[in-house]
Amino acid sequence: MKAAAFEYAAPRSLSEAHALLREHGEDARLLAGGQSLMPVLALRLASPAILVDLNRVAGLDELRGTSAGDLLTGAMVRTRTLELSAEVARTQPLLHAAVPWIAHVQIRNRGTLGGSLSHADPAAELPAVAMASDATLIIAGARGTREQPAHAFFTGLFGTTLAPDEILTGVRWPAWPTGRRHGFVEVARRHGDYAIVGVALTVDLDPDRLVTGARVVVFGAADTAVRASAVEAALIGQPAGEPLAAAAAGHASDGLDARGDLQASAEYRRELAPVLVRRALLQAFGLSAPRAPR
Amino acid sequence: MSDPRAQARPDPTRPAIGQPLARVEDERFLTGAARFVDDWVLPDLLHAVVVRSPHASGRLRSLETSQARAMPGVVAVYAWADIAACARTIPVRLAPLPGFDRFLQAPLAQDCVRYVGEPVAMVVATSRALAEDAAERVEVDIDPGPVVASLADALAARASVHEAGTDNVASRYTVSRGDPASAFAAAAYRRRETFRCHRQTALPLETRGLVARHDPVAGRLQVWGASKVTFFNRRWLAAALDMPESSVELIELDVGGSFGVRGELYPEDFLVPFAARQLGRPVKWIEDRREHLIATNHSREIECELEIACTAQGEVLGLRGRVLGDLGAYVRTNGGVVPAKAAQFLPGPYRIPNCEFEVVALLTHRTPVGTYRGPGRYEANFFRERLLDLAARDLGIDPVELRRRNLIGPDEMPFDCGVLCPYEPATQYDTGDYPMALERALDAVGGGRALPAPGRDERGRLTAFGVACFVESSGAGPAENARLRVLPDGRIEVGTGCSTMGQGHETVLAQIASDAMGLPVDRFVVHHGSTTLVEHGYGTYHSRAVVVGGSAVDLAARKLVARCAALLAQRSGLEPSMVDCREGRFMHRTGGAVLGTFAQLGAEAAAGDAEAIAATQVEDRFEVRKRTYTYGTHVAEVAVDPETAEVEVLRHLAVEDIGRAVNPLLVHGQAIGAAVQGLSAAFLDELVYDAAGQLLTGTLADYRVATADGFPRVEAITLEEHRSPHNPLGVKGAGEGGIVATAAAVANAVATALAPLGVTLTELPLSPERLARALRAARASPPPPA
Amino acid sequence: MSLPAARPIRLRVNGETVEGQVEPRLTLADFLREHLRLTGTHLGCEHGVCGACTVLVDGRSVRGCLMLALQADGAEVVTIEGIAARCPVRGEAVARGEATLSILQESFRDLHALQCGFCTPGMVATAHALLAENPAPSAEEVRLGISGNLCRCTGYVPIVEAILDAAQRLREGA
Repeated sequence: MKAAAFEYAAPRSLSEAHALLREHGEDARLLAGGQSLMPVLALRLASPAILVDLNRVAGLDELRGTSAGDLLTGAMVRTRTLELSAEVARTQPLLHAAVPWIAHVQIRNRGTLGGSLSHADPAAELPAVAMASDATLIIAGARGTREQPAHAFFTGLFGTTLAPDEILTGVRWPAWPTGRRHGFVEVARRHGDYAIVGVALTVDLDPDRLVTGARVVVFGAADTAVRASAVEAALIGQPAGEPLAAAAAGHASDGLDARGDLQASAEYRRELAPVLVRRALLQAFGLSAPRAPR
Repeated sequence: MSDPRAQARPDPTRPAIGQPLARVEDERFLTGAARFVDDWVLPDLLHAVVVRSPHASGRLRSLETSQARAMPGVVAVYAWADIAACARTIPVRLAPLPGFDRFLQAPLAQDCVRYVGEPVAMVVATSRALAEDAAERVEVDIDPGPVVASLADALAARASVHEAGTDNVASRYTVSRGDPASAFAAAAYRRRETFRCHRQTALPLETRGLVARHDPVAGRLQVWGASKVTFFNRRWLAAALDMPESSVELIELDVGGSFGVRGELYPEDFLVPFAARQLGRPVKWIEDRREHLIATNHSREIECELEIACTAQGEVLGLRGRVLGDLGAYVRTNGGVVPAKAAQFLPGPYRIPNCEFEVVALLTHRTPVGTYRGPGRYEANFFRERLLDLAARDLGIDPVELRRRNLIGPDEMPFDCGVLCPYEPATQYDTGDYPMALERALDAVGGGRALPAPGRDERGRLTAFGVACFVESSGAGPAENARLRVLPDGRIEVGTGCSTMGQGHETVLAQIASDAMGLPVDRFVVHHGSTTLVEHGYGTYHSRAVVVGGSAVDLAARKLVARCAALLAQRSGLEPSMVDCREGRFMHRTGGAVLGTFAQLGAEAAAGDAEAIAATQVEDRFEVRKRTYTYGTHVAEVAVDPETAEVEVLRHLAVEDIGRAVNPLLVHGQAIGAAVQGLSAAFLDELVYDAAGQLLTGTLADYRVATADGFPRVEAITLEEHRSPHNPLGVKGAGEGGIVATAAAVANAVATALAPLGVTLTELPLSPERLARALRAARASPPPPA
Repeated sequence: MSLPAARPIRLRVNGETVEGQVEPRLTLADFLREHLRLTGTHLGCEHGVCGACTVLVDGRSVRGCLMLALQADGAEVVTIEGIAARCPVRGEAVARGEATLSILQESFRDLHALQCGFCTPGMVATAHALLAENPAPSAEEVRLGISGNLCRCTGYVPIVEAILDAAQRLREGA
């Protein structure tokens, strides 16, 4: 199982990378951590003429807090770096909680934040976490940089708003406000498998434990990770507690365009979504302990 | 329960058999020094890639290879026409059921393709990557035909896998014992259910592979990467290539697992040596993992309609039904074993006097099947044990008590099973105390006379225990040879025709020889598998290597000692009976001077002394027709999340009596490894085809097997209570009892957990999707109030 | 059809500097096996699932089949062959007249944590990295830590025991 032949370039800067993308157009593929692309090449499901490897581009692997309390993470930050980062643990509890669920240690040692987001697998954890954390993606095109909220970035199955000559360069995670809580659960066949259905969510509670904001993201269920807006609407203004979790979660499948595939039917996914939203809400409300990845 | 640990070193004051010795093979595996077939490199080596059918069914209109031949590095491309002159069909090795010879596979497709993955051509190039590049340029033009994609399709015969207009029945027969018709007519209670076991494959971590080299001057063919049944394969290959058997050498390197599928004859076992001979250069073929999933034998897909007849007190009077086995597109070397053994083992460890089973072996447009660890037993135990639980529930009898009432007792041994397999003579369970194994398992889980009751855990999950009893055959004959040779330094070289795929035979056979010769285990060097080591061999399957191969080593080792003693006695003018051998030194029975040593005789033999050669190089043969039967009980405890349909196995215990453990450490490893493999199959491993006969689970991301976190609490208890009378060591096979009742026990546990919700489980795997569907169906039609 | 030209790489493997000329499509695993003849690194799936090809790159466990040889230019790579040689108590083991197995490798042998041995190099490499990072892991942490390495023989139970045993021995020895 050997990949078809390809050319390879390892640009040192973004401008070099852009120049290569311009030169080769659709024949080029960006190579980040390679943990999704390399199997595709080995299986000869794709045969790009050239790989543009971002691993040697300077400046894409920074991870730092800003004075405003935001967290900036370069696209080439390895998943494992996120997992082990004290800065992430301190400032982005949802990201910190979700990362150990991603694949296996060897994959996390190579896989990157930008690679996962750009690949846009509907069952991957990071797109959902970025959406629930209200993260902003930083995208460099040949003619300049643009920013886009995570929830607007994913357009469909493996689809994003990235133009062929654009490169996702980083993610800004906004400061975690006081009163924000998170929940994360997923059902997968084995630890490390892509989720059949997962839920990543944040809720903002005021001092009286009334919900003032909510981002409830269901992933694995549809063609992209999706905001469960009916659940969010049901939460706002209500007192956190078991009844609210149950009532709001009941809307998790409202409008959910669940997909069926080899491992799960759409029906099963629609059944799972409310169960998992309820459980994630209970975590967020402090009414059940999060479970370690399994 | 703490896990066994190897003894630091052998205890010379005790027999070697029974000691948990660390394996002599381990060091090379742990340091990267082992040599698997893909590590084997020869000068001028070429690389082969097999081009496979992308369609499940169709007529091969044309095969255009000119583009491929023009690709860089390509040396040859072979299609049917190139091999037609000498290609033979893959033979049936085991289970030669009537009719099978109509459905054998040729190494390359001639004018029809019958499964996705069927070889249609082979490309040979200077590197693997270049061969793959060229393989993409072979244009295979197939006119797709109708597809028989399932057992239901096959039975309905809407299309024919082989000759048009024929049904898809490869073989059909009925076996019985007692008087089932009368028993069923008179029974107070009867229940009939249809059970299904899904398609799986064994998935050894090393894929198959071969390196072949032909020396035209010496007229010699060497094939590396052989395994399992090297002598059978050599006989076939030599005949196909029209070479004397003695000129063909099949050589076993380190082997990364088999579990039944590796080492049977496959198309590549012809194609690769053929190409090496044609090209005059060595050729390597390493199966890639995607290929493995469509090209290596599948197994286990069986549907069983089973009916039980009982008295009101739960005495099982009869069992009858129909076994539908999927053989895939062709009958492979041992494909018939799977349905045949599924039927034969339906009565299991119970006395059930009246049985009748119809077996229908069907063809489908899918990868052919062969045996996978515990073939037929894994399936049969699931069918029967599930039905016993259903019957127990209907009759209001505790499921353990129902089993207790029907297990064959020690006073009924040997137990006549009759002829439940048409190609074998009447069989007998040899020895055992089946109820004792059940009680031992119950004791271990603290159940007392019954299993602990179902309940709920703190997370709201439904918890329950399940039990399953089994009997497992092992140690198939007819024979095995062993050759021993004394080396000049006094070490003993042991050759066996049995193969090893990870079991540890280098250690275990040394332990057997050690006791037979009174020498420390580290004085033995064991070689295995290759066809040059002994005159003849049968191989490693059916948990037979230690039983039959080990017994041969025992016989040969004793013969070696006797021969050496006789020679030294003769030289000293003594009666042979007056010479004793102690730790490698021969002396007069009453003591006194050393008459000679193995080292001395080995050196004399090395120097060419004919008498010494005759005394120090012996081969012996152990022949046996009767099988040994292990038995035992599995108990599983599960927690089922009724909201997500996820199952956690809280505990799985396998209790098995193997008579005598040569190396308890290795036996324990077999039991635990087999149990986890079986649990993996019960929950995860599933080969899924669509209606067009395309395999949808074509990578390891889709064909899921257990990972380290999946089944952490698996235990095994090995009993050594009842030895086999059929071999000098008293041993029984230890490789398969750990897997055969896993699905049965966990399915019973899951079913017990879900029974209050009205779910009846009759199908594997226990995937969340399948359980969710069952829960949904139960919600839709709530059970009548009890 | 012309193939992309091979290019030079230079890296350290098991403590020694090595150079090679590699096609862009050559994976790190194939480079180790075919160019350097370090065949202890095994290929079990070549699509990043089985973990048999796990090696250490700059101290972290990675799948050798999911990395190009060109990407390892300048890297520090350790394979099973190097783990054996860099045994932490090598001097002591040699003095005892025993094999140069690391403590971790000894624990694998003593607890029968391998059967066919095909997954073993990747498993040991993964466990080696795990213990370097976490000298006192729980059983659960070990199980998750090696969940990217498939074993078809042992059922994993003895592997987990062996890693825990090695962790304890390494701690006691320190």
